[in-house]
Amino acid sequence: MAYDYEKSIRPGKLPHIWCPGCGHGIVMKGLIRAMDACELDREKTTIVSGIGCASRLPGYLDACTLHTAHGRAAAFATGVKLTNPEMNVICCGGDGDGTAIGGNHFIHACRRNINITYVIMNNYIYGMTGGQFSPCTPTGMKASTTPYGNPDPTFDISKLAIGAGATFVARTTAAHPREIDKLITQGIKHKGMSVIEVLDDCPTSYGRRNKFRSVIDMMKRLKKDAVPAKAAAKMTPEQLEGKFLTGVLYHETDKPEYTEQYDALIKRVQEGA
Amino acid sequence: MSGARIEVIERNCKGCSICVEFCPKDVLEMDVFVVKVVRPEDCIKCMQCELLCPDFAIKVHDE
Repeated sequence: MAYDYEKSIRPGKLPHIWCPGCGHGIVMKGLIRAMDACELDREKTTIVSGIGCASRLPGYLDACTLHTAHGRAAAFATGVKLTNPEMNVICCGGDGDGTAIGGNHFIHACRRNINITYVIMNNYIYGMTGGQFSPCTPTGMKASTTPYGNPDPTFDISKLAIGAGATFVARTTAAHPREIDKLITQGIKHKGMSVIEVLDDCPTSYGRRNKFRSVIDMMKRLKKDAVPAKAAAKMTPEQLEGKFLTGVLYHETDKPEYTEQYDALIKRVQEGA
Repeated sequence: MSGARIEVIERNCKGCSICVEFCPKDVLEMDVFVVKVVRPEDCIKCMQCELLCPDFAIKVHDE
Protein backbone atom coordinates (compact mmCIF):
# COMPACT_ATOMS: atom_id res chain seq x y z
CA MET A 1 0.00 0.00 0.00
CA ALA A 2 2.27 2.75 1.21
CA TYR A 3 4.58 3.71 -1.63
CA ASP A 4 8.29 3.46 -0.92
CA TYR A 5 9.56 6.86 -2.09
CA GLU A 6 12.55 6.80 0.24
CA LYS A 7 14.45 4.31 -1.91
CA SER A 8 14.57 6.95 -4.68
CA ILE A 9 15.60 9.84 -2.43
CA ARG A 10 19.14 10.58 -1.30
CA PRO A 11 19.53 9.71 2.38
CA GLY A 12 19.18 12.59 4.82
CA LYS A 13 17.63 14.98 2.28
CA LEU A 14 14.15 15.12 3.80
CA PRO A 15 12.47 17.36 4.87
CA HIS A 16 12.92 19.33 1.65
CA ILE A 17 13.23 23.13 1.36
CA TRP A 18 9.88 23.82 -0.30
CA CYS A 19 7.31 25.92 1.60
CA PRO A 20 4.36 24.32 3.40
CA GLY A 21 1.77 23.36 0.78
CA CYS A 22 4.02 23.88 -2.25
CA GLY A 23 3.01 21.48 -5.01
CA HIS A 24 6.55 20.69 -6.14
CA GLY A 25 6.69 17.85 -3.60
CA ILE A 26 3.57 16.30 -5.16
CA VAL A 27 5.19 16.51 -8.61
CA MET A 28 8.39 14.94 -7.26
CA LYS A 29 6.35 12.01 -5.93
CA GLY A 30 4.68 11.66 -9.32
CA LEU A 31 8.05 11.69 -11.06
CA ILE A 32 9.38 8.97 -8.74
CA ARG A 33 6.31 6.80 -9.44
CA ALA A 34 6.68 7.37 -13.19
CA MET A 35 10.39 6.47 -13.11
CA ASP A 36 9.52 3.29 -11.22
CA ALA A 37 6.70 2.47 -13.65
CA CYS A 38 9.14 2.78 -16.59
CA GLU A 39 11.70 0.71 -14.62
CA LEU A 40 14.40 3.23 -15.39
CA ASP A 41 17.91 2.22 -14.38
CA ARG A 42 19.03 5.07 -12.12
CA GLU A 43 22.55 4.86 -13.50
CA LYS A 44 21.19 5.41 -17.00
CA THR A 45 18.89 8.26 -16.04
CA THR A 46 19.94 11.89 -15.92
CA ILE A 47 17.72 14.51 -14.37
CA VAL A 48 18.65 18.03 -15.45
CA SER A 49 17.41 21.30 -14.00
CA GLY A 50 18.14 25.01 -14.08
CA ILE A 51 17.66 27.43 -11.21
CA GLY A 52 14.60 28.02 -9.09
CA CYS A 53 12.36 26.32 -6.57
CA ALA A 54 11.30 23.58 -9.00
CA SER A 55 14.89 23.14 -10.13
CA ARG A 56 15.88 22.00 -6.64
CA LEU A 57 14.07 18.74 -7.41
CA PRO A 58 17.00 16.72 -8.85
CA GLY A 59 19.04 17.40 -5.71
CA TYR A 60 16.76 15.07 -3.77
CA LEU A 61 16.63 12.22 -6.25
CA ASP A 62 18.96 9.27 -6.25
CA ALA A 63 19.90 9.23 -9.95
CA CYS A 64 22.45 11.00 -12.15
CA THR A 65 21.58 14.66 -11.69
CA LEU A 66 22.74 17.92 -13.18
CA HIS A 67 21.91 21.32 -11.68
CA THR A 68 22.82 23.90 -14.29
CA ALA A 69 22.69 27.63 -15.06
CA HIS A 70 19.40 29.53 -14.99
CA GLY A 71 17.18 28.48 -17.89
CA ARG A 72 19.80 26.25 -19.47
CA ALA A 73 18.33 22.89 -18.47
CA ALA A 74 17.17 22.08 -22.01
CA ALA A 75 20.56 23.03 -23.48
CA PHE A 76 22.50 20.83 -21.04
CA ALA A 77 19.97 18.02 -21.50
CA THR A 78 20.43 18.19 -25.28
CA GLY A 79 24.17 17.84 -24.74
CA VAL A 80 23.78 14.87 -22.41
CA LYS A 81 21.39 13.14 -24.80
CA LEU A 82 23.53 13.70 -27.89
CA THR A 83 26.69 12.50 -26.15
CA ASN A 84 25.00 9.42 -24.80
CA PRO A 85 21.75 8.57 -26.62
CA GLU A 86 21.26 5.52 -24.35
CA MET A 87 20.73 7.85 -21.39
CA ASN A 88 17.16 8.60 -20.29
CA VAL A 89 17.09 12.37 -19.92
CA ILE A 90 14.45 14.12 -17.83
CA CYS A 91 14.39 17.91 -17.46
CA CYS A 92 12.71 19.66 -14.54
CA GLY A 93 12.09 23.32 -14.02
CA GLY A 94 9.65 26.08 -13.35
CA ASP A 95 7.79 28.39 -15.69
CA GLY A 96 10.23 31.29 -15.33
CA ASP A 97 13.24 29.06 -15.80
CA GLY A 98 11.75 27.18 -18.75
CA THR A 99 9.84 29.81 -20.72
CA ALA A 100 11.44 33.17 -19.92
CA ILE A 101 15.12 32.85 -19.12
CA GLY A 102 15.39 29.53 -20.92
CA GLY A 103 12.65 30.14 -23.46
CA ASN A 104 15.09 30.02 -26.32
CA HIS A 105 16.56 26.66 -25.29
CA PHE A 106 13.12 25.28 -24.63
CA ILE A 107 11.68 26.08 -28.06
CA HIS A 108 14.76 24.78 -29.85
CA ALA A 109 14.72 21.51 -27.93
CA CYS A 110 11.07 21.20 -29.02
CA ARG A 111 11.98 22.07 -32.61
CA ARG A 112 14.65 19.36 -32.79
CA ASN A 113 12.30 16.76 -31.33
CA ILE A 114 15.11 15.29 -29.25
CA ASN A 115 14.12 12.41 -26.96
CA ILE A 116 13.90 14.34 -23.67
CA THR A 117 11.05 14.47 -21.16
CA TYR A 118 10.59 18.03 -19.91
CA VAL A 119 8.46 18.43 -16.76
CA ILE A 120 7.56 22.12 -16.37
CA MET A 121 6.09 23.08 -13.02
CA ASN A 122 4.04 26.19 -13.75
CA ASN A 123 3.32 28.06 -10.51
CA TYR A 124 2.67 31.37 -12.32
CA ILE A 125 5.55 33.22 -10.66
CA TYR A 126 9.27 33.40 -9.92
CA GLY A 127 9.02 31.92 -6.44
CA MET A 128 12.60 31.67 -5.27
CA THR A 129 13.91 35.03 -6.45
CA GLY A 130 11.26 37.11 -4.71
CA GLY A 131 7.91 36.70 -6.43
CA GLN A 132 8.50 38.65 -9.65
CA PHE A 133 5.94 38.11 -12.43
CA SER A 134 6.80 35.50 -15.04
CA PRO A 135 5.46 35.07 -18.59
CA CYS A 136 2.89 32.68 -17.10
CA THR A 137 1.47 35.07 -14.50
CA PRO A 138 -2.19 35.55 -15.53
CA THR A 139 -3.11 39.04 -16.75
CA GLY A 140 -4.28 41.24 -13.90
CA MET A 141 -2.73 39.16 -11.13
CA LYS A 142 -0.26 40.65 -8.68
CA ALA A 143 3.40 39.90 -8.20
CA SER A 144 6.14 41.76 -6.34
CA THR A 145 7.06 43.64 -9.53
CA THR A 146 3.45 44.20 -10.67
CA PRO A 147 1.78 45.57 -7.50
CA TYR A 148 -1.14 47.02 -9.54
CA GLY A 149 -1.74 43.84 -11.53
CA ASN A 150 0.15 42.26 -14.41
CA PRO A 151 -0.59 44.06 -17.71
CA ASP A 152 1.07 41.39 -19.90
CA PRO A 153 -0.73 38.65 -21.83
CA THR A 154 0.14 35.12 -20.72
CA PHE A 155 2.12 32.32 -22.29
CA ASP A 156 0.34 29.02 -22.81
CA ILE A 157 3.24 26.59 -22.31
CA SER A 158 1.50 23.63 -23.94
CA LYS A 159 0.54 25.59 -27.05
CA LEU A 160 4.06 27.01 -27.20
CA ALA A 161 5.52 23.49 -27.08
CA ILE A 162 3.12 22.22 -29.77
CA GLY A 163 3.88 25.22 -31.97
CA ALA A 164 7.62 24.79 -31.53
CA GLY A 165 7.47 21.15 -32.61
CA ALA A 166 7.31 18.94 -29.50
CA THR A 167 5.64 15.63 -30.33
CA PHE A 168 4.08 14.76 -26.95
CA VAL A 169 2.44 17.54 -24.98
CA ALA A 170 0.30 17.05 -21.90
CA ARG A 171 -0.97 19.14 -19.05
CA THR A 172 -2.14 18.31 -15.55
CA THR A 173 -2.17 19.93 -12.12
CA ALA A 174 -0.68 19.23 -8.72
CA ALA A 175 -4.21 18.53 -7.48
CA HIS A 176 -4.42 15.48 -9.81
CA PRO A 177 -1.57 13.31 -8.47
CA ARG A 178 -2.50 10.09 -10.29
CA GLU A 179 -2.55 11.89 -13.63
CA ILE A 180 0.96 13.31 -13.02
CA ASP A 181 2.67 9.92 -12.98
CA LYS A 182 0.45 8.60 -15.78
CA LEU A 183 1.40 11.45 -18.12
CA ILE A 184 5.10 11.48 -17.17
CA THR A 185 5.20 7.72 -17.81
CA GLN A 186 3.72 8.27 -21.28
CA GLY A 187 6.21 11.08 -21.82
CA ILE A 188 9.21 8.94 -20.87
CA LYS A 189 8.02 6.12 -23.14
CA HIS A 190 7.40 8.52 -26.04
CA LYS A 191 10.26 8.74 -28.50
CA GLY A 192 10.84 12.44 -29.10
CA MET A 193 10.45 15.65 -27.16
CA SER A 194 7.74 15.34 -24.54
CA VAL A 195 6.57 18.29 -22.51
CA ILE A 196 4.44 17.76 -19.41
CA GLU A 197 3.15 20.99 -17.94
CA VAL A 198 2.07 20.63 -14.31
CA LEU A 199 0.08 23.57 -12.98
CA ASP A 200 1.19 24.14 -9.45
CA ASP A 201 0.55 26.35 -6.45
CA CYS A 202 2.91 28.85 -4.87
CA PRO A 203 1.24 29.89 -1.62
CA THR A 204 4.15 32.07 -0.48
CA SER A 205 4.84 34.31 -3.46
CA TYR A 206 1.68 34.05 -5.57
CA GLY A 207 -1.15 33.03 -3.25
CA ARG A 208 -0.77 35.58 -0.51
CA ARG A 209 -0.56 38.47 -3.01
CA ASN A 210 -3.64 37.33 -4.91
CA LYS A 211 -6.25 36.80 -2.22
CA PHE A 212 -5.95 33.05 -2.00
CA ARG A 213 -6.53 32.65 1.72
CA SER A 214 -4.68 29.36 1.96
CA VAL A 215 -3.00 26.63 0.00
CA ILE A 216 -6.33 24.76 0.12
CA ASP A 217 -7.96 27.59 -1.88
CA MET A 218 -5.28 27.24 -4.52
CA MET A 219 -5.59 23.46 -4.72
CA LYS A 220 -9.39 23.72 -4.99
CA ARG A 221 -9.05 26.25 -7.80
CA LEU A 222 -6.75 23.87 -9.69
CA LYS A 223 -9.31 21.09 -9.25
CA LYS A 224 -12.25 23.31 -10.24
CA ASP A 225 -10.73 24.89 -13.36
CA ALA A 226 -9.25 21.73 -14.86
CA VAL A 227 -11.26 20.33 -17.78
CA PRO A 228 -10.15 17.03 -19.35
CA ALA A 229 -9.39 17.56 -23.06
CA LYS A 230 -11.96 14.90 -24.05
CA ALA A 231 -14.75 16.56 -22.05
CA ALA A 232 -13.86 19.97 -23.46
CA ALA A 233 -14.70 18.84 -26.99
CA LYS A 234 -18.38 18.75 -25.98
CA MET A 235 -18.36 22.11 -24.21
CA THR A 236 -19.15 25.59 -25.54
CA PRO A 237 -16.57 28.42 -25.51
CA GLU A 238 -18.62 30.15 -22.77
CA GLN A 239 -18.39 27.08 -20.56
CA LEU A 240 -14.63 26.95 -21.13
CA GLU A 241 -14.10 30.58 -20.13
CA GLY A 242 -11.34 30.76 -17.50
CA LYS A 243 -10.74 26.99 -17.57
CA PHE A 244 -7.74 25.07 -18.84
CA LEU A 245 -7.51 21.71 -20.58
CA THR A 246 -5.76 18.73 -19.01
CA GLY A 247 -4.63 15.36 -20.27
CA VAL A 248 -2.75 14.56 -23.46
CA LEU A 249 -3.08 17.62 -25.71
CA TYR A 250 -0.88 16.53 -28.60
CA HIS A 251 0.72 13.26 -29.65
CA GLU A 252 2.55 12.63 -32.90
CA THR A 253 4.69 9.61 -33.74
CA ASP A 254 5.77 10.29 -37.35
CA LYS A 255 8.32 13.02 -36.81
CA PRO A 256 11.97 11.79 -36.82
CA GLU A 257 13.87 11.88 -33.54
CA TYR A 258 16.98 14.06 -33.40
CA THR A 259 19.67 11.71 -31.99
CA GLU A 260 18.74 9.04 -34.54
CA GLN A 261 18.94 11.58 -37.35
CA TYR A 262 22.29 12.74 -36.05
CA ASP A 263 23.65 9.18 -35.80
CA ALA A 264 22.48 8.51 -39.36
CA LEU A 265 24.27 11.67 -40.49
CA ILE A 266 27.53 10.59 -38.82
CA LYS A 267 27.26 7.16 -40.40
CA ARG A 268 26.55 8.59 -43.85
CA VAL A 269 29.50 11.00 -43.70
CA GLN A 270 31.89 8.30 -42.38
CA GLU A 271 30.88 5.86 -45.10
CA GLY A 272 31.21 8.55 -47.73
CA ALA A 273 34.75 9.49 -46.64
CA MET B 1 -13.75 -0.22 6.87
CA SER B 2 -10.65 -0.86 8.84
CA GLY B 3 -7.26 -2.45 8.39
CA ALA B 4 -5.37 0.73 7.64
CA ARG B 5 -2.52 2.05 9.69
CA ILE B 6 -1.73 5.71 8.94
CA GLU B 7 1.79 6.74 9.75
CA VAL B 8 2.66 10.42 10.13
CA ILE B 9 6.33 11.27 9.89
CA GLU B 10 6.28 14.36 12.11
CA ARG B 11 9.80 15.36 11.22
CA ASN B 12 8.73 15.94 7.60
CA CYS B 13 5.27 17.45 8.22
CA LYS B 14 5.08 21.22 7.67
CA GLY B 15 1.41 21.53 8.62
CA CYS B 16 0.00 22.62 5.24
CA SER B 17 -3.24 20.72 6.05
CA ILE B 18 -3.80 19.51 2.45
CA CYS B 19 -4.32 15.94 3.73
CA VAL B 20 -6.84 17.08 6.35
CA GLU B 21 -8.85 18.99 3.74
CA PHE B 22 -8.88 16.35 1.01
CA CYS B 23 -9.54 13.29 3.21
CA PRO B 24 -13.10 12.24 2.23
CA LYS B 25 -13.74 10.58 5.62
CA ASP B 26 -12.29 13.20 7.96
CA VAL B 27 -9.79 10.78 9.41
CA LEU B 28 -7.19 13.47 10.03
CA GLU B 29 -7.10 16.68 12.04
CA MET B 30 -4.55 19.37 12.66
CA ASP B 31 -2.76 19.30 16.00
CA VAL B 32 -1.38 22.87 16.01
CA PHE B 33 1.49 22.50 13.51
CA VAL B 34 1.40 18.82 12.54
CA VAL B 35 -1.31 16.48 11.37
CA LYS B 36 -2.80 13.93 13.76
CA VAL B 37 -4.70 10.71 12.98
CA VAL B 38 -7.95 10.85 14.95
CA ARG B 39 -10.31 8.32 13.33
CA PRO B 40 -8.17 5.59 11.72
CA GLU B 41 -11.11 3.15 11.79
CA ASP B 42 -12.95 5.32 9.19
CA CYS B 43 -10.10 5.16 6.66
CA ILE B 44 -11.14 3.73 3.26
CA LYS B 45 -7.57 3.65 1.93
CA CYS B 46 -8.25 6.00 -0.97
CA MET B 47 -4.62 7.17 -0.61
CA GLN B 48 -5.49 10.82 -1.27
CA CYS B 49 -3.53 11.98 1.80
CA GLU B 50 -0.42 10.07 0.80
CA LEU B 51 -0.62 11.13 -2.87
CA LEU B 52 -1.27 14.80 -2.09
CA CYS B 53 1.21 15.24 0.78
CA PRO B 54 3.99 17.40 -0.70
CA ASP B 55 6.32 16.64 2.20
CA PHE B 56 6.55 12.81 2.18
CA ALA B 57 5.08 12.95 5.69
CA ILE B 58 2.10 10.58 5.55
CA LYS B 59 1.86 6.91 4.65
CA VAL B 60 -1.12 4.56 4.56
CA HIS B 61 -0.13 0.98 5.41
CA ASP B 62 -2.33 -2.04 4.75
CA GLU B 63 -2.59 -4.12 7.92
